[in-house]
Amino acid sequence: MKIVVLVKHVPDAQFDRHLSGPGNTVDRSESILSELDEYALEAALQLSEARGGEKGGNSVIALTMGPDGAANSIKKSLQIGAGEGYHLSDAALAGSDAAATSLALSAALNRIAQDGPIDLVIGGMASTDGETSLVPAQLAERLGWAYLGHAKSVDVDGDSVTVNREVDGHAEILQASLPAVVSVTDQINEPRYPNFKGIIAAKRKKTHPLSLSEVGLDASAVGTQGSLTVLDEAQERPARTQGTIITDEGDAGIKLVEFLAAEKLI
Amino acid sequence: MTNVLVVITSPDGTLKKNQQELLTLGRSLGDVSVALTGDASAAAAAAAYGASVSYTAPESLGSYGASAQAAFVAEAVSRSGAATVLLENTVAAKETAAILGVKLGAGVVTDVVSLAADGAATKSVLAGAYTTVARSRGAVAVHTVKSHAVEPSEAPVEGRVEAVELPESAFATAARVLSREAKPKSGRPELSEARIIVAGGRGVDGDFGPVEELADLLGAAVGASRVATDNGWIGHDSQVGQTGVVVSPQLYISAGISGAIQQKAGMQTSRVIVAINSDEDAPVFEIADFGIVGDLFQVLPQASEELRRRKG
Ligand SMILES: Cc1cc2nc3c(=O)[nH]c(=O)nc-3n(C[C@H](O)[C@H](O)[C@H](O)COP(=O)(O)OP(=O)(O)OC[C@H]3O[C@@H](n4cnc5c(N)ncnc54)[C@H](O)[C@@H]3O)c2cc1C
Ligand SMILES: Nc1ncnc2c1ncn2[C@@H]1O[C@H](COP(=O)(O)O)[C@@H](O)[C@H]1O
Repeated sequence: MKIVVLVKHVPDAQFDRHLSGPGNTVDRSESILSELDEYALEAALQLSEARGGEKGGNSVIALTMGPDGAANSIKKSLQIGAGEGYHLSDAALAGSDAAATSLALSAALNRIAQDGPIDLVIGGMASTDGETSLVPAQLAERLGWAYLGHAKSVDVDGDSVTVNREVDGHAEILQASLPAVVSVTDQINEPRYPNFKGIIAAKRKKTHPLSLSEVGLDASAVGTQGSLTVLDEAQERPARTQGTIITDEGDAGIKLVEFLAAEKLI
Repeated sequence: MTNVLVVITSPDGTLKKNQQELLTLGRSLGDVSVALTGDASAAAAAAAYGASVSYTAPESLGSYGASAQAAFVAEAVSRSGAATVLLENTVAAKETAAILGVKLGAGVVTDVVSLAADGAATKSVLAGAYTTVARSRGAVAVHTVKSHAVEPSEAPVEGRVEAVELPESAFATAARVLSREAKPKSGRPELSEARIIVAGGRGVDGDFGPVEELADLLGAAVGASRVATDNGWIGHDSQVGQTGVVVSPQLYISAGISGAIQQKAGMQTSRVIVAINSDEDAPVFEIADFGIVGDLFQVLPQASEELRRRKG
């Protein structure tokens, strides 16, 4: 089975994150592999390993679209266990919204499929910067494949994929024929960390750089030009400031109610 | 006037409050019609909120995933001539919106909190760090809108129902729904709707009793950290945060929750935050309007007692 995992390079949420420039795009200087995509990678590795891993003819490929720094997200994916990586990078991609991103990723997948058909694409439930959850579904539609989103378990049997999910107050089981696109939540597994062996092994693994022309896309189809949404204005929310902090001296419950009454919340 | 299509799924023929809000919002933008899945008798309720036409889906649609739903909505867009599509902000609605966007070449904006007549959609990004105005550039704009965007109000019209048939091809690539079960409801307000939320974390140590008692006295929803839901102390539906529900109530009372970045991502735009934590260095205090360093098992029951006393 050939599985491609979508990994995004995102600003580290442990630091302050900023929008800047004409298109109000995200500053990507302090960036990391999106933590929600680690669950997608783990799900792919488990599916592969259950079928005998690389020796059993399975491959797990990490794909990212992003600036130079995004190579680090591929590197980390290789250290965790992906077999090879693809990095689609081009100045024209900057500022891509979900529509443009899914178009670029679909073109990259078509390029990867030239070396052999892809069975499954797995992404995270949301990127921790874009937070839209749109990209995997749009990608599926562009490829003409089924989409199974927000999986908390994923099983492949023959040429069909089955997903359990809990969304919008319902428990659901979805099934589709391969090839398909799946997105997974953080309920699905416990992602592994890169270990020493993995870090050494990653040095021998390949990352294939891809340019826009190599995937057959015109610069005008992506980036701010190809995007169907624009961020016209962006205003930083004033940081929350600390209010009154008291230590309980036996009457804090009463003081809490007094606070709520003063704020007209009760 | 532009034409607006509101996408509604009604399992029982009634409209939820946020669906009434969508119809009310739609009226402020143009002439409203509805793409209706589920119980077609909801068309009458939609007409009470100003929908002149309800396009109803084939019954089989409920057995298919998002791409079939999007094919149905795309057909309703073409029949109604809508330039704006409004959907709820649920997981399923976002999937439909995503695929619809590709089908129509339409820009999709999610998590919209308000939408102006000129198409300016306000939403917050980067876990609430920024408030932005987004616009769609395609011929059609697709928006998934959060609860409370407007106050719902009725505006009855004579509604018409049009059944939409779909070609086989609409189902070709759609996932099949093998089973769908509604999870039992708690009887408390839903997290995304609630004006007040009382949330518990690892500090409740398996016992949500004091959290629930206070919540019920305040008419509040119950929330939780991921540690609490992962431990099975309360359902995953109650998780607040990056991978749970993102909430913005008038009041969020956090008890026994440290305030990790992923928890804050789901609640830091609440109007008032109250935190109860036994560790004075807990990060949650940095964003609390009122913080109590203390034991939640003392503080919460005492607050409940005081509320009961005041109510007489
Ligand atoms: C990919 C990913 C996604 C995540 N998504 C979410 C999410 O959506 N939501 C979320 O909440 N977390 C999420 N997390 C987890 C998050 O990182 C934290 O681990 C989690 O929020 C901690 O939960 P907690 O505050 O209940 O537990 P802890 O961090 O252990 O804090 C417990 C707190 O309770 C206090 N306490 C203990 N006993 C008492 C007492 N008797 N009275 C008062 N205070 C007491 C302690 O002082 C401590 O501050 C995510 C993590 C990852 C990696
Ligand atoms: N630039 C990108 N490169 C690779 N994968 C991406 C990219 N953008 C989004 N994805 C994938 O799509 C998922 C959802 O992202 P989003 O739609 O932005 O919330 C992410 O978790 C990734 O798996």
